[in-house]
Amino acid sequence: MKQTDLIRRIRIRKNRNSFFRTLFLASTFVGVVALAVLLADIFVKGIGWLDWDFLTGKSSRIPEKNGIYPALIGSLWLMMLTAPLTFIIGVATAIYLEEYAKDNWFSRFVRMNISNLAGVPSIVYGLLGLTVFVRMFYLGNSILSGALTLTLLVLPILIVAAQEAIRAVPASQRQASYALGANKWQTVVRVVLPSALPGILTGSILSLSRAIGETAPIIAIGAVAFTRAIPDSLLDSFTALPVQIFSWASMSNRDFEHVASAGIIVLLIVLLSMNALAIFLRNKAQRR
Amino acid sequence: MTVNGHRLELKKRKKLLSSDRIMPIVLAIFAGISILTTIGIVIILLTESAGFFRQVPLLDFLFGTKWTPLFAGSQQAFGVLPLVAGTLMITGIASLVALPIGLFSGIYLSEYAPAKVRAVLKPLLEILAGIPTIVYGFFALTFVTPLLQKLIPELSVFNALSAGLVVGIMIIPMISSLSEDAMSAVPRSIRDAAYALGATRFEVALKVVVPAALSGIVASFVLGLSRAIGETMIVAMASGGLANLTWNPLESMQTLTAYIVMVANGDTSHGSVEYYTIYAVGMVLFVMTLVMNLLAGYIKKKFREEYR
Repeated sequence: MKQTDLIRRIRIRKNRNSFFRTLFLASTFVGVVALAVLLADIFVKGIGWLDWDFLTGKSSRIPEKNGIYPALIGSLWLMMLTAPLTFIIGVATAIYLEEYAKDNWFSRFVRMNISNLAGVPSIVYGLLGLTVFVRMFYLGNSILSGALTLTLLVLPILIVAAQEAIRAVPASQRQASYALGANKWQTVVRVVLPSALPGILTGSILSLSRAIGETAPIIAIGAVAFTRAIPDSLLDSFTALPVQIFSWASMSNRDFEHVASAGIIVLLIVLLSMNALAIFLRNKAQRR
Repeated sequence: MTVNGHRLELKKRKKLLSSDRIMPIVLAIFAGISILTTIGIVIILLTESAGFFRQVPLLDFLFGTKWTPLFAGSQQAFGVLPLVAGTLMITGIASLVALPIGLFSGIYLSEYAPAKVRAVLKPLLEILAGIPTIVYGFFALTFVTPLLQKLIPELSVFNALSAGLVVGIMIIPMISSLSEDAMSAVPRSIRDAAYALGATRFEVALKVVVPAALSGIVASFVLGLSRAIGETMIVAMASGGLANLTWNPLESMQTLTAYIVMVANGDTSHGSVEYYTIYAVGMVLFVMTLVMNLLAGYIKKKFREEYR
């Protein structure tokens, strides 16, 4: 083969490389651009409608008079219930699987269940909540039903995150604790958990932010779209941010598009601040 | 040590022992909640859809081509195929968008991206993954559909195309990050071997890294598709409420998930056959996603290339 041929082939291969490099980079940017367009579109549509009256007002048939207050309060209630429930159940499960479980049928079955539950569509959890919490337990279309349903839905996310955090605690720390005469439970509570806490909290916030954005299961258990009532007990009916946004978005009057956009901005701000908190905790954990 | 002090010591030790005996049981009970959830889902789907199948024969349900449960009297038909077709149409369109783009961006992040670029791009994709589906649904309905209508005038307001495209955008981050994980797990040494033979970055990616990570990549595809099948709010908002058995993505099509939301959001009376349809539909949905998820796990395990 002549040298010019070789050089030509190398050039072709290099050109192919840079072509695909550009293609791959462009593909990565599709996601980024979509994110930018989506945020810009919603911002432009909604920002003019977002004011103090919107935050403190209630829903109305007249677009200009709408407010998000009952939905905001409903979502806060859901968060305040879902957070401790998922935290307790999720961390307990993770501790069991990582620290105590022997490799027997029970622990294998639990692991298998968790990975499968993570893939069950959220609307199916809605059917579960509707049948079990709303009807069988007579909890009705209440905040409690909603929070229990969301807890089951996001539990796998927290369990996996907590498992990873616990696994990342070095064995040497546990051994040091045993050497001082601590038993297993003391070691778990006083050594493993404090060390895994930032990771667990990050997972907890991420699972909670997933819960806040969920719409379908909350609709399935019967959250009411247009309510002016502010819930004041666990058994009250309620509305939540995504459900309220959904009902605004389904109105035929085009002005409601702006109301829905303003609602989405509020939802995204809530989510963004939660995620910022998660990133802050993660960085804090990495610094140690 | 005094006798008293000794007794105290014993008491303490007993307490220690008992915490080690009780806590595993308490924790195992909490762990059992995951099992109960699965069992609960299976049981309610089976028992509640039994109420439906007492009135509608199973074969009529599975192979019927008309789905009009909310119509009156003789107009009622319970063939689930239009909903399955809608679900597959949306999933198909979504995978045309998400599989190549997700894989390509996974390759870019794993093989090409300098550390600094990665540090910016990855969090952005994570944000994209964290956006609630209701927001995507709104975006599909109020931005993508009007945009597409300018290009395709015959596109109806509710259509499978824009819902499918946006579902695709939604699952890009998932496929990208899972396939990137699979590719990052390929050991540095076999890449270096290929570079030493004079391969370009693209050749290493295509001929070494992708084949080595193929099981993980395919698993990420299957999981992404499963996610698309189960996606609810985007299709409920953008694809409309017409159970339409068609090949035309420009028309409105209803998915399994969107039907459940429509009925749950309406005022169907509890106990009627229309009410029980949501469990039969939920059952089909559950089985479809379960099969996909098990398949993904199987592929990942069975075809994994082991490097030591």
